[in-house]
Amino acid sequence: MPGTARRTLTPAVECARPVPLRPAWLEGSLALRQISDDIALPLSARPGAGWFVCIAVSLTALAVGVACVTYQIATGIGTWGLNKSVGWAFDITNFVFWIGIGHAGTLISAILLLFRQHWRMSINRSAEAMTIFAVLCAALFPLIHMGRPWLAFWMMPYPNSRGPLWVNFRSPLVWDVFAINTYLIVSLVFWYFGMLPDFATLRDRAGAGGKKRIYGLLSLGWDGSQRTWSRYETACLLLAGLATPLVISVHSIVSMDFATSILPGWHATIFPPYFVAGAVYSGFGMVMLLLIITRRVMHLQRYITLAHLDRMAKITLLTGSLVAFSYASEWFMAWYGGNADERFVFVNRATGRYAWAFWTMVACNVVIPQCLWLRRVRTSPAALLPIAILINVGMWFERFVIIVTSLHRSYLPSSWVMYYPTSIEIGTLVGSFGLFFTCFLLFIRLLPMIATWEIKGLAAAQARGRS
Amino acid sequence: MTSAPRHFLVATFSNEDALRAAAREVRDRGCRIHDVYTPYPVHGMDELIGIRHSRLPVATLVGGLAGCATALAMQFYMAVFDWPLNVGGKPANSTLAFVPITFELTVLCAGLVTAAAFLTRSGLVPGASTVPFADGTTEDLFALVLRSRDVTIDVAEAGRLLLESGAAQVVLKDVSR
Repeated sequence: MPGTARRTLTPAVECARPVPLRPAWLEGSLALRQISDDIALPLSARPGAGWFVCIAVSLTALAVGVACVTYQIATGIGTWGLNKSVGWAFDITNFVFWIGIGHAGTLISAILLLFRQHWRMSINRSAEAMTIFAVLCAALFPLIHMGRPWLAFWMMPYPNSRGPLWVNFRSPLVWDVFAINTYLIVSLVFWYFGMLPDFATLRDRAGAGGKKRIYGLLSLGWDGSQRTWSRYETACLLLAGLATPLVISVHSIVSMDFATSILPGWHATIFPPYFVAGAVYSGFGMVMLLLIITRRVMHLQRYITLAHLDRMAKITLLTGSLVAFSYASEWFMAWYGGNADERFVFVNRATGRYAWAFWTMVACNVVIPQCLWLRRVRTSPAALLPIAILINVGMWFERFVIIVTSLHRSYLPSSWVMYYPTSIEIGTLVGSFGLFFTCFLLFIRLLPMIATWEIKGLAAAQARGRS
Repeated sequence: MTSAPRHFLVATFSNEDALRAAAREVRDRGCRIHDVYTPYPVHGMDELIGIRHSRLPVATLVGGLAGCATALAMQFYMAVFDWPLNVGGKPANSTLAFVPITFELTVLCAGLVTAAAFLTRSGLVPGASTVPFADGTTEDLFALVLRSRDVTIDVAEAGRLLLESGAAQVVLKDVSR
């Protein structure tokens, strides 16, 4: 056949070979229609009590956040506990924390797609949604940190009446603006693309009316033609190929906010890989947390199986080990580098006034994940749930330790101070969790939270493998 | 496009194996397959239908190069020509410091151009009307569509062939657009 040689690397030909599917990523054999019934059910059925409880808690947290943000914008960021030495603290900790959470979503949807990991299919949609909501939460923090968020457009290079005076392209803070906006836009496109065939399925299932019209608009006239499918898979692979280096660049650039400054404890070349590993680690903690709850509340245990949790726990263990290795490497370099200030900052982290934060970080990020060596733990939702929460606690404290302990004991002893967060700062953090969970809870009721078309292909392949 | 109705032979199948077998059968008889409609991508069909290698990667490359060039030109113009700003005595043309933004804009433009090229080429736009050849192809049915003009054998013969190779139903459909 003409062109066969060129096609050897295309997804179609690659996947035409029988794909070994072990273990089964779906429980039991599912009819195709059953799959769409199950996944579309939450979109039309009345939510259960569990969902209402969750949304009530989330909305309350969100309301706290809205009140705090409104107050601090109206009054000024003097309402925070920042001072002349510790100019970055809670706010930037939250920013780095939320950006990191997003990374697991892109890893699942893009990197695992490139590696042809079938287990991503049940979880990629919700993980991508998580990415988008986490990036939204993250973007909130630099905005409010400006104090005058209505001038946020000053961060973009646009022709202005001040010269034009352009942004400083040598500053990692400006790199951040580009990295995060690109990440948000590409993630949104990838997410929406993944849902196109599902919108068509929902459109064709809906009776005439508003719902059909909305899904019709969203599906862009998708009809399941092979020509479109073929092109679609190429487009998805290309987007995944772009998203993969992108996700690595985003947290690398975030880490450069610190690494390019000369503060002891920040000025380290290990920061980019260290931050990326930590981001994926915390992100997987959040994915596990969300999915352990969701699979139960939404009765999706057949799709999000214990085998999925096992795989996610393994990646968490791997990235957790990378994080632990980074800690060890940082400590080694602080000692081996022979820089007295650097050495002092690290000893101060472990023994100073913020030692409790440091040891919380070590306990949650180094000790706790060791439980994941046990298969029994990896396949037990009840055991994974607290671990997932602790991972996020640990990773939040990691950023707090990096940011605050370095700033509060920098080169000049005359500028040594303590930092204490105010209730406004804590309320804003609570509010960001409220925003995140509210968005996620609305997502699972309004959009198909599992990629129906991918699961159908998987179910068919699984059925063929069995027969 | 003519307004005269076009005649299609639409065969529906309940699973992809039957679809693939039937597609192979009709193709071996010299019929060109108009298209196949499936709820999920059925691999190995591209060769049977004669779909050529997608040129989307070219669009991605062009988008990426455009993004890269734009980013470099923008930063160079703003930071070197238009208003060189002395920050810590660093050179105005700090090319290495321009790399991150160049990378981000390369990825952004490549991604958006890929998405736009895919949607345009596939005719996917908001409000696009779809007249499906068979109901249920986004749910659990697999439809194989032959255009009568392209069927080298007798249409009735083709219909019989499709039924024999596992089609649940074969209908003749006239589409006028």
